[in-house]
Amino acid sequence: MSLSSKPSSSGSAPKSPGSKQRSSGSGRRTTWRDTLKALPWLAPALVLIVGVVFFPAGLMLFNSTRDLAISGLDKGSVGFDNYATVFGFSQFWPIIGRTVIWVVAVVGLTVVISLGLAQVLNKAFPGRQLVRLAVIIPWAASVVMTTMVFYYGLEPYFGVVNKFFVDLGLIDNPAGYGWTKNPTTAFLWSIVIAIFVSLPFTTYTLLAGLATIPRETIEAARMDAAGPVRTYFAVILPQLRGALSVAVLINIINVFNSLPILKVMTGSIPGYGADTIMTMIFKYIELQRKVDVASALSVIAFAIVIIIVIVYVRVVKPLKEV
Amino acid sequence: MSASLDRNTQDTAPGTQDTAPGTQAPPRRTKRYTEDKVPLGTVIGRMIVGLVVLAVFILPYLIMVFGSVKTKSQIRSVDPTYFPQEWHWENFASMWSTPETPLAQNMISTVIISVCATLLVLVVALPAAYYTARFRFPGRMVFMFLVIVTQMLQPAVLTSGLFRQFSILGLGDTWAAMILVNAAFNLSFATWIMHSFFAGIPKEIDEAARLDGASQLAVLFRINLPLVWPGIVTAIVFTFVACWNEFAASLVILSTAGNQPISVALTKFVGQYETSWQYVFGVSIVGILPVVLLFMLIEKRLVGGLTTGSVK
Repeated sequence: MSLSSKPSSSGSAPKSPGSKQRSSGSGRRTTWRDTLKALPWLAPALVLIVGVVFFPAGLMLFNSTRDLAISGLDKGSVGFDNYATVFGFSQFWPIIGRTVIWVVAVVGLTVVISLGLAQVLNKAFPGRQLVRLAVIIPWAASVVMTTMVFYYGLEPYFGVVNKFFVDLGLIDNPAGYGWTKNPTTAFLWSIVIAIFVSLPFTTYTLLAGLATIPRETIEAARMDAAGPVRTYFAVILPQLRGALSVAVLINIINVFNSLPILKVMTGSIPGYGADTIMTMIFKYIELQRKVDVASALSVIAFAIVIIIVIVYVRVVKPLKEV
Repeated sequence: MSASLDRNTQDTAPGTQDTAPGTQAPPRRTKRYTEDKVPLGTVIGRMIVGLVVLAVFILPYLIMVFGSVKTKSQIRSVDPTYFPQEWHWENFASMWSTPETPLAQNMISTVIISVCATLLVLVVALPAAYYTARFRFPGRMVFMFLVIVTQMLQPAVLTSGLFRQFSILGLGDTWAAMILVNAAFNLSFATWIMHSFFAGIPKEIDEAARLDGASQLAVLFRINLPLVWPGIVTAIVFTFVACWNEFAASLVILSTAGNQPISVALTKFVGQYETSWQYVFGVSIVGILPVVLLFMLIEKRLVGGLTTGSVK
């Protein structure tokens, strides 16, 4: 549907992993009869991909131009009216701005912290394995459940995080700041949680990258009397480029698509003071029951994701050196 | 999140052959201590930093554990205590009946959806991964490209389309719909990871078996599967954990409380006047423990690059 053609301009990316594995070439030329023979093996996957990914994408594009009743009845075409509704909403541009802040802040801080974490976990020390296992927990745990702890902890009076701030003397009223009642502080805490749950994947990706760096290059730098800081920025970091660029791309996609953190932390706050594109889509579906307008905003979100991926793959070439 | 991992591994796979398989890592690590002659002070410094990292990462889950054994009056006390004064383990029995949502049913939903979706992924991805790794044919790259495009997408951005589609098909608010959604969106990762494992097995093994008269299916099941087992386990773990934690699509597609998975059900406690936080945390622990243990099972593979082949 709409997406099958667009990303093809980024065709250079997926080629590299596939072409690496030339295990199957048996010398003779392959023909369409080979494709026919392959079909039984691939058909189930194709059916699932086309039926549950591409078809709903097309349907979404179609619905974004329709007038859908709450009952689900299709009342005909409305052209671009749904898009006009999306763009005409007074909070639309603040929501776009907040989405940019959300993605940039979470991904940026996650990467910086993960670079440090990966260094720590890459050094040998007794108990390292235990620390590495602990770092996995937020990766495997449900994001909803992790966020619930923070939400509870920040509750006025009885939240333990709130109490901790009171005990430290950072706030003097046990009612606390109303962290989760105020859109701005709830949004900032959501950023903190999003970083927390993004760290494990990013750190492990960087650890895998560190494992590929030949020790000789680091030793050579040491021989040349380069200090640890110099060695890190001149020798280690450039060799982490591959792992880093892939981690950033996947984080951008994940953070942009993230719903549960903001839903839990800011979902019960009236108004739209802490919404991103993704939470707004779900407010259109859940609260306003406007699947048609939600589809229009989803198409916009979809286009943004694809543009980001294409631009990123073109500029950074995350898979180039495979 | 996890579903997208394979891209990283494409990057890191080539160089990691020597560190990935489990048997080799431990001796290498101990060797490092002696070889590098790290001063004791440095080691202690690293341990302290490691301890801080450990504390930060387990703290939220410790709060969860401590909260789960408090009574309702303790957890909602205006002068809260960090540690529970008494440990009310009986919460883990009583937590399943709350007015907010039928938690026991939610748990069953989560298990059924995750298990079925994981099995479906396996049945669908395994043949595709095997065939694309073993044989070349026109359209192979197109297929792999489709798989990688799917990788870039998540249910959240397609939810309104998925919601409409399953309503039209009469599958709205059914487990079947969520099994299909979870399977479709985790298919690409599973395919990639198993593909790279199959590709790591020398083709000569297959050919020798075929010369001995083995059928294609026999080659797949008797020769290849035992060798790619670690890749299959990794694919299963990632798929299962992703399905277990799925939130966005379930939130919209499953409207009946009893059909919803635990991740969606728990959000109903937020903003309630009288939230039974001890139950929320008790259920969370039951929901988190199995997937964390599964992930820890494949920790070696996370460090070594996920797709590093099993055969040297």
